[in-house]
Amino acid sequence: MVKIHERKFVSADPDKCVGCQVCEYICAWTKEKAFNPLKSRIRVVRLNPLVNISITCRLCEDPPCVAACPRDALTQSEENGTIIVDEDKCNGCGWCIEACDYGAISLHPEKKVVFVCDLCKDKPDGPQCVKWCPEEALDLVTADVLAQKARITATKKLFQEALKVAPPA
Amino acid sequence: MWRKVALYGYAGKILHVDLTTGKTYTEPLNEDYAKKYIGGIGLGMRLWLDNSKAGVDPFSPENPLVLTTGPTSGTVWPTGGNGHAFVSKSPQSYGIGESKSHGSFGTELKRAGYDAVVFHGKAEKPVYVWIDDDSVQILDASHLWGKSPAETEDIIKEELGDYYIRVAAIGPAGEKLVRIACIINEKTRAAGRCGMGAVMGSKNLKAIAVRGTHDVTVAKPDEFLEFVKEFHERMKGPATKKYRTLGTPENVLVHNALHCMPTRNYNNAHFEAAEKVSGEYLNERYVAKIIGCSSCAMRCEHICVVTEGPYKGAMARVEYEPLWALGPYCGIDRLDAIIKGSELCNYYGMDSISAGVIVGFAMDCYENGILTQKDMDGIEARFGNHEALVKLLEKMGKRDGIGDILAEGVKFAAEKIGKGAEKLAQHIKGVEVTGYDLRCLKTAALGFAVSFRGADHNRHGAYAFDVKGKFNRLKYEKGRAKAVKDIEDVYTIIDSLIICKFSRGTYYKEFEDLAKLYTLVTGWETTPEEMRLKGERINNLARVINVREGLGRKDDHLPYKVMHMPIPDEGPSKGAYVTQEELEMMLDDYYEARGWTRDGIPTPEKLKALGMDDLIPIVEAKIKKA
Ligand code: SF4
Ligand code: SF4
Ligand code: SF4
Repeated sequence: MVKIHERKFVSADPDKCVGCQVCEYICAWTKEKAFNPLKSRIRVVRLNPLVNISITCRLCEDPPCVAACPRDALTQSEENGTIIVDEDKCNGCGWCIEACDYGAISLHPEKKVVFVCDLCKDKPDGPQCVKWCPEEALDLVTADVLAQKARITATKKLFQEALKVAPPA
Repeated sequence: MWRKVALYGYAGKILHVDLTTGKTYTEPLNEDYAKKYIGGIGLGMRLWLDNSKAGVDPFSPENPLVLTTGPTSGTVWPTGGNGHAFVSKSPQSYGIGESKSHGSFGTELKRAGYDAVVFHGKAEKPVYVWIDDDSVQILDASHLWGKSPAETEDIIKEELGDYYIRVAAIGPAGEKLVRIACIINEKTRAAGRCGMGAVMGSKNLKAIAVRGTHDVTVAKPDEFLEFVKEFHERMKGPATKKYRTLGTPENVLVHNALHCMPTRNYNNAHFEAAEKVSGEYLNERYVAKIIGCSSCAMRCEHICVVTEGPYKGAMARVEYEPLWALGPYCGIDRLDAIIKGSELCNYYGMDSISAGVIVGFAMDCYENGILTQKDMDGIEARFGNHEALVKLLEKMGKRDGIGDILAEGVKFAAEKIGKGAEKLAQHIKGVEVTGYDLRCLKTAALGFAVSFRGADHNRHGAYAFDVKGKFNRLKYEKGRAKAVKDIEDVYTIIDSLIICKFSRGTYYKEFEDLAKLYTLVTGWETTPEEMRLKGERINNLARVINVREGLGRKDDHLPYKVMHMPIPDEGPSKGAYVTQEELEMMLDDYYEARGWTRDGIPTPEKLKALGMDDLIPIVEAKIKKA
């Protein structure tokens, strides 16, 4: 099993993400050769004009989706932590969807089996959503790096005034 | 692929909804129309023409409301995937009305499988139409009546149980046939101009909810994506910097410096307090986040929030035009009040440009004693009074008291008020002016005068020639009409593909880039020259419609003050105005460039050359009469 600080997933910076859905289109195109956000493994949520972000699988430690599946259709990759769907076993019952706190695993509109981000494992240049996001809002990060980033942002906010007068780092 | 692809880029189907009988049916998209009129406003106008009778009243059930997408809708084309257009007869101009909006609504409609929806008739009671792929239902909307578009959207999503459903709705203003009512989708995006929301209201149609699950296809996906990538790069460049940074409010200081920003209902062309309402100040103080539409690679939507003072909590998207209309045009120098005003316009569902111009008009009437404080329901409607702005907007949205008259728009309101109010009514073809002082921007003045949907900067963008100094903006010279015509032809293409106009700077050679886009999407090899012809054809189509509805040379006019009140402010535009002689020269020049008669009617030869022989009888009847 990979260590948590080695496991990377796609995460959006809420300040940068504008909700443009380019990531959705590109994901659906990459995985399904379709322009159709319903087939995307990353989905944009807009609660109101100010609150929007795109969300995909976080590659949970001890993934609840895997635990929830009554047919053992889901496994977690030893190599990189992504969730692997055995399409023959999955019957689309949706227990995993219910178990996921992020809505990251969804039912395919035609195949009626679940699908989830696999970090574009077949693409040598990595996750296509990250590559295409026009705002550079997406990053392939570990939880550890995410925490570091959050700490830096919080510190900056606390010392905003001081940073204004301090010489550039 | 689970659905047979008949046409690339298009869904291949048009939906008809008869609100009187409750019947719905579909017809295949006419391929010839797609090729000739593209989609968006081009296709929409053609469908309107085919489905209406000459002289129809805009509020009659016989006036169809056409909703269209474009061939790039639902693809990942930057700024193109997301638009939709409404076309109908305008209750303001009584000519062709059209209005576009962006967001995500158009993509959803395309995925639901429609290039256009034609709404006929009138429902007996308030209804909303729920388009769920192939299933189309007309549902009761009595519980939504009186609600704002945003509230309507939330309730519909809740009751249909899907938060990804897209909704376009009217507010109380549309229900009450306020002539400037708009149609709002996703809370902050409006199909604003020409009163399309009032037409929707006249049909008792509160909202259109859409869910689409089908794939959208293009003919040459790999090349198409390469082209997309290229435009992502272009969109990081200088052509779109403005939208990414200050947004269109950047224009406030630019226009003010040139003294071409109409202020206090055209009493001035310069605003002494411009700094306080500038894009710079807005960005620093009020912009909370900049967001984007579906598939956009630029993002421009500056969402502003007021955090303190009497308008605390107000939130709206702010662009130059509404800012100008609700601000300097009414002499108002407070951004918090302007944001509140925008929010109110969104709440009632009114075009915020027209709304501001109407308030400016009312204030002018008040200061000139044409409307007394009593007429004004006790409101002290002086220029600069932000409280009056807020009250008047509310009254207009509700058609309450003086608001009932103002809700008619400046043209009809002035007719009702009398006492010389017409001279203060700044409109063209009944549609309120926008934020460019036409007295000192003479290429723009021509573009505005001939614009088929009334006063509007968005049908040509001819102001750019003046503002950027390509032409001497203070004097009209013969020959400029060609430039206006050319840019109009580009603009109709943009609005028919429905790509966002903010992307126009990224097309290095417009017709070439747009022809390539169209070819990659549809698979129909299209040359730049053919693309130009399509643009010209659509402009001629609009004119034929206006001619059929009785509009002509006399309607290609300029507002009274533009022609009779020279700019008084000391500075670079002092003394400028447009003379009758100049206007006549502009029109002659333009009709000649277009190949129309001196009365501004497209000739049978012209229509023939554009492959519109079927429309010749319409003009022939008019030419004989003229
Ligand atoms: S492409 Fe980037 S900015 Fe756009 S929605 Fe996705 S993550 Fe957000
Ligand atoms: S699908 Fe959801 S629950 Fe499963 S690993 Fe991803 S984020 Fe966790
Ligand atoms: S990494 Fe690949 S599969 Fe995962 S969301 Fe992004 S594009 Fe889709």
